[in-house]
Amino acid sequence: MRSDRSTTAPLGLKIAAIGGLAFLHIPILLIFLYAFTTEEKSYQFPPPGLTLQWFAVTWNRPDVWAALTLSVKVATIATAIALVLGTLCAAAVSQTRFFGRETISLLVILPIALPGIITGIALRSAFSMADIPFSFWTIVLGHATFCIVVVYNNAVARFRRVSGSLIEASMDLGADGFQTFRHIILPNIGTALLAGGMLAFALSFDEVIVTTFTGGQQSTLPIWMLEELIRPRQRPVTNVVAMVVMLVTFLPILAAYYLTRDGDQIAGAGK
Amino acid sequence: MTAAVLFENVSRHFGAVKAVDAVDLEIAAGEFFAMLGPSGSGKTTCLRLMAGFEQPTGGHIEIFGETAEGVPPYRRSVNTVFQDYALFPHLSILDNVAYGLMVKGVGKSERRKAAEDALAMVKLPGYGQRRPGQLSGGQRQRVALARALVNKPKVLLLDEPLGALDLKLREQMQEELKSLQKSLGITFVFVTHDQGEALSMADRIAVFNDGKIQQLGTPEDIYKRPQTRFVADFVGSSNVLSSAICARLGVPAKAASLRPEAIAIGTSWAEQLSLPGTVTARSFLGATNRVSVDCNGEKIIVASPAAMPVPEIGADVQLAFSRNDLHLMEEA
Amino acid sequence: MSTLATPAAITPNRPGLTGRLSDFLWKHPHVLLVILLGPPVLWLGIIYLGSLFALLLQSFFSIDDFSGLISYEFTLSTYRQLLSDANFDIIVRTITMAAVVTIFSALIAFPIAYYAARYAKGKWKAVFYLGIMLPLWSSYLVKIYAWKLILAKEGILTWAFTKLHLLWLLDGWLALPIIGGNSLSVSYTGTFLVFVYVWMPFMILPIQAALERVPSNLIEASSDLGGTPQQTFRHVLFPLALPGIVAGSIFTFSLTLGDYIIPQIVGSSRLFIGQAVYAQQGTAGNIPLAAAFTVVPIVIMGLYLWMAKRMGAFDAL
Repeated sequence: MRSDRSTTAPLGLKIAAIGGLAFLHIPILLIFLYAFTTEEKSYQFPPPGLTLQWFAVTWNRPDVWAALTLSVKVATIATAIALVLGTLCAAAVSQTRFFGRETISLLVILPIALPGIITGIALRSAFSMADIPFSFWTIVLGHATFCIVVVYNNAVARFRRVSGSLIEASMDLGADGFQTFRHIILPNIGTALLAGGMLAFALSFDEVIVTTFTGGQQSTLPIWMLEELIRPRQRPVTNVVAMVVMLVTFLPILAAYYLTRDGDQIAGAGK
Repeated sequence: MTAAVLFENVSRHFGAVKAVDAVDLEIAAGEFFAMLGPSGSGKTTCLRLMAGFEQPTGGHIEIFGETAEGVPPYRRSVNTVFQDYALFPHLSILDNVAYGLMVKGVGKSERRKAAEDALAMVKLPGYGQRRPGQLSGGQRQRVALARALVNKPKVLLLDEPLGALDLKLREQMQEELKSLQKSLGITFVFVTHDQGEALSMADRIAVFNDGKIQQLGTPEDIYKRPQTRFVADFVGSSNVLSSAICARLGVPAKAASLRPEAIAIGTSWAEQLSLPGTVTARSFLGATNRVSVDCNGEKIIVASPAAMPVPEIGADVQLAFSRNDLHLMEEA
Repeated sequence: MSTLATPAAITPNRPGLTGRLSDFLWKHPHVLLVILLGPPVLWLGIIYLGSLFALLLQSFFSIDDFSGLISYEFTLSTYRQLLSDANFDIIVRTITMAAVVTIFSALIAFPIAYYAARYAKGKWKAVFYLGIMLPLWSSYLVKIYAWKLILAKEGILTWAFTKLHLLWLLDGWLALPIIGGNSLSVSYTGTFLVFVYVWMPFMILPIQAALERVPSNLIEASSDLGGTPQQTFRHVLFPLALPGIVAGSIFTFSLTLGDYIIPQIVGSSRLFIGQAVYAQQGTAGNIPLAAAFTVVPIVIMGLYLWMAKRMGAFDAL
């Protein structure tokens, strides 16, 4: 950090920090272990034996595939909508001065700041009041609403770094608004948008609470997991799915980190 | 001849803040013009009004005889060297310099050639493939200059162009800018808070304070004959003599300015004016000694050549100066 | 005019639509603002706020006891129902849990954040950052599932206690009133552990951000002036980190307040607010009461955010 006199941490602090990180990671490692267990009926530890057979079983399960496909579709479309709306909002807030900027920020953050159940039940009762049947699109609608904030946070952080003078310099050199957007703004915020999109995807892919309220008969992968959690039927398959879900969400997060690491941090507080 | 830049009664108010207040200004074509003043004096806002980043709330602006208000920056043949250089971080140096030509639709080979020529002109040949982050502050400054000049602007605006450079580099760039301006014949308008920079580079200087032009003239005018107390103080710290002292000298005036180096200590000829006083402080500055003298309760600073003997603190001395060095001022 | 070779001082409008549009937007920045803000504000305003208001409105209706249908007449009877003993218990239980979870999250998060902000450098900084981000972003359900594995009677925790010959300690703990239970996975202790695990990562980053803004020479100045490490912590570090803690607590508190899945999967049969909302709108079909229940976290979070803003916690987000 800065010119520290004491560069090594006190032992107590070290233990507390490492202990805290271990507390965060051990349960996740356990998921990886259980995907290989031979035990079918219980969560016995240590596993009596290790096997790869559950991967093949899971692979041949149409219900898992259907849930996965639906989740990917929902996440893709919700991310696309969130990208457009979040970027527009971030551009307005950071590039212009106007009354009510804070209100806009609050409005964007609200769907994630309020407990998911409120967003979910509010959307559900609105859909039923407006006689909109629950469908793929009602899920997307809900997901896009809370994904906006992730894109917005990333884009705002980057817009702050793209100093206003770059835009002025571009216009000064003869580029009109569209040229400036294409040649200066877009290349500079591109990676931040990509990172925001990745995180929005991860967020949507994993979402269960709002989906419970806005989905009809379809089940996304988290809904499938939730049912297994409440009424365990195929523990080994659930174990494998849990591990795959973990891996699938790691990838966009790592990608987002590498896209934004110099300078701004992933706006993680926006989950 | 048409003025390069013409301001008629131009104002830029931000709510109650009068950043620029009813300014009249005429900058001649081919001139090296400086806008000097402390921060918040309105000089940078004037520059931004010329570039088109700000619009006047009142008055009229012309650039080479054409009305400029309501014209966006990208339609003005005016280019700017920004204080922070504002190089595009995602583009190579060559693409940075060629940017203006690219957006105007100049062909690829043609704009590459022009950009390389411009880089050679600012003594950075062969730097085209690097990124802005790989260059030093001085080199970035040159790239910013090349990026502006490659468009052959009619007016080049420079916003505190040398502010971020160290002293030695700054002096070198001052000379280079001056000779570049001479050879290109482009009108240069630059903003600075450094009076030394303005005096050494500009053909004419406008001194700004509180959104208004305090004085406009050649460097010599501004330095030797400040018309207001602000200018006397801001440009090289002239002494301002009160009306009481002026009266004692037999010169009727509300106030008068007198440069520290125009005063001699101890010697006095018949044709000169003189004032008695007491030395209160002295400090050695290398080429000169800075001596503070109290004359009837008013402090007068004398810059005495180092070769001259310096009186002790508390000594009674005579200050002598020529009537020609005393400049009467309009205001008190 | 002396310089005729150079281009005109003012170039004319670019031909075509984009040129004219660009000029128009430059001259009318408010139009640009409306174009930018329009879609997101309409989306959030209509879809989100609209639904939210519709929901809140329902809390002022009531359910007809005989027909089981909603009677659309303004009444406060639903709120009276909300404050009945049974429901009030749910509210108190949830708020207590949220508060305890928040305090423990801060205790666990602080050392991690402090180490990451002050001692981790270069590669380790990245390791810490990812070490915090990955659990934070990884699947919510999988994390709960992991704890189901851990807390199960035949799971790793029982195994570890057995190996350490400490099973008596676990049994003693479970024998305690309120926080105990038949097994960890059906006790408040289990619910609490999962809540802390799932929401604690949200506490780390805001604290780290606040601590990174504390110049280290401030800490040196304090020890220079004779402050013991404890005094430095209490009088310098903690007050400066407080906005970060408050910012982080917004998440831990709010997320615990509204969760209904964790207590449903790991916990006793006594309800939390989220579960009550879920049950009222679902099986009970009492939308007005469900809506009234959602008002509780909204009001609490409103107050909380207002206080946090006054403490300057938003700068740490």
